Amino acid sequence: MSQTVLQVAHLSKKLGGKPILQDCSLTLDRGELKVLIGPSGAGKSTLLQCINCLIPPDEGKILLEGRALNFNDKRALCAFRAQVGMIFQDFNLFDHLTAEENVAIALRKVRGMNRQDAQRRAQEELGRVGMSRRAGLYPAQLSGGQKQRVAIARALAMDPKVILLDEPTSALDPELVGEVLAVIKDLARGGMTMLMATHQMDFARALAHEILFMEQGIIIEQGSPDVLLAEGSGTRTRDFCKHLLEMGA
Amino acid sequence: MNSLQVIWDVLPNILGGTLTTVSAVALALGMGLVLGIPLAVGQAYGGRAVRAAVGLYVWFFRGVPILVLLFLSYGLCLSLDFPLPPFLASCLVMGCISTAYQSQIFRGAIESLPQGQLKAARALGMTDGCGIACIILPQALRLSLPGWANEFSILLKDSAVCYVLGTQEIMSRATAAAQRTHEHLALFALAGLIYFILTLVVLKLLRALENRVHIPGYSTGGTIGMGAAG
Repeated sequence: MSQTVLQVAHLSKKLGGKPILQDCSLTLDRGELKVLIGPSGAGKSTLLQCINCLIPPDEGKILLEGRALNFNDKRALCAFRAQVGMIFQDFNLFDHLTAEENVAIALRKVRGMNRQDAQRRAQEELGRVGMSRRAGLYPAQLSGGQKQRVAIARALAMDPKVILLDEPTSALDPELVGEVLAVIKDLARGGMTMLMATHQMDFARALAHEILFMEQGIIIEQGSPDVLLAEGSGTRTRDFCKHLLEMGA
Repeated sequence: MNSLQVIWDVLPNILGGTLTTVSAVALALGMGLVLGIPLAVGQAYGGRAVRAAVGLYVWFFRGVPILVLLFLSYGLCLSLDFPLPPFLASCLVMGCISTAYQSQIFRGAIESLPQGQLKAARALGMTDGCGIACIILPQALRLSLPGWANEFSILLKDSAVCYVLGTQEIMSRATAAAQRTHEHLALFALAGLIYFILTLVVLKLLRALENRVHIPGYSTGGTIGMGAAG
């Protein structure tokens, strides 16, 4: 049952001579949700963007369903990315397209779907994130939470094998965080394989199969939330979360 | 009375020149559009060699006065023994200049877009070409419209200089008529009025186009205030 979807092995990245990622390895089995935790600048975002080569890694291997990705093969790279959804902190919806067109455009341009089929599929996905009624609106007419839900629909429409989420709620006003987390929760329950960087500890505790704690470009702790966050576990993760709680208080 | 009579007499001739001016400017702007977009894309996304080549081109055609370029083109045709009709030479020179300016209008617009737009396109599996054609350019061209309208109005008025090559446009016909009739004031006022009206009409049209393609609520630099982590 536990079939590995995504395997990341010994990923390293230097920027300007400074190591940003060092020897990062992780695996995601089908239906697993793993959460990346760590202070700002720990390399969470870089790791996620290296995994789908938006930032090309210097070293390491990435395997999707057992097949290694050749970083230099542009066609393979596009095909790989089409199967790996990405959700950004600042949404990155296409500003000149309506919500529906945002979801439909990759179906047409990447999947080669015709306009009608793509529209129908876009409507379906927007319905799934509760955005059917706003399908005709442009990003500038949507709230942050609505934009992020459209971005999730856009990723879902490609039938991704795994979704990478880069702090999907960090740019949202506090009252909008809930609606986006609810959508992600639904996905998790529906068995979507996901890797998510977040500071939402309650969410991580409740839903994550595993927490990866990153600091200075290294995954220093890795384990189930129960173990890492247990009272008296003495882990760096627990320390950090206590710190987060105090900040929030 | 005499002046009005002169104007009435030369009007068909001058309007013929207006047609020449409009065609030359339209061709030059078209050439600038067709070549300026790839140059802008090359400068924004290309490798070092491409960026340097585009930079050199832009530097040359923005750096030399149009009058000098017109004479240079004339000299070039003479030395190559290749007689280019004045109209074509004018179009080419203006087209080359407009390409340089338009490329910078488009490049500025492309670079003003948030980086995340192309990133999101790539993340969906689009090729860079598709991302630029489907996502970047539709936005960048909209943003370019005000600058493009400016470029049009400048090029239209610069086109008056093309009379030095003997292109039969507004200015050369007004000059010839003025020398014939000695009605300099009236004829150049007429020429000025025609340029003025052309500018006014086309700028109105471009403004209408701008409104037509406007995206509700759209503005650049749409980066959201970063929710600080921690």
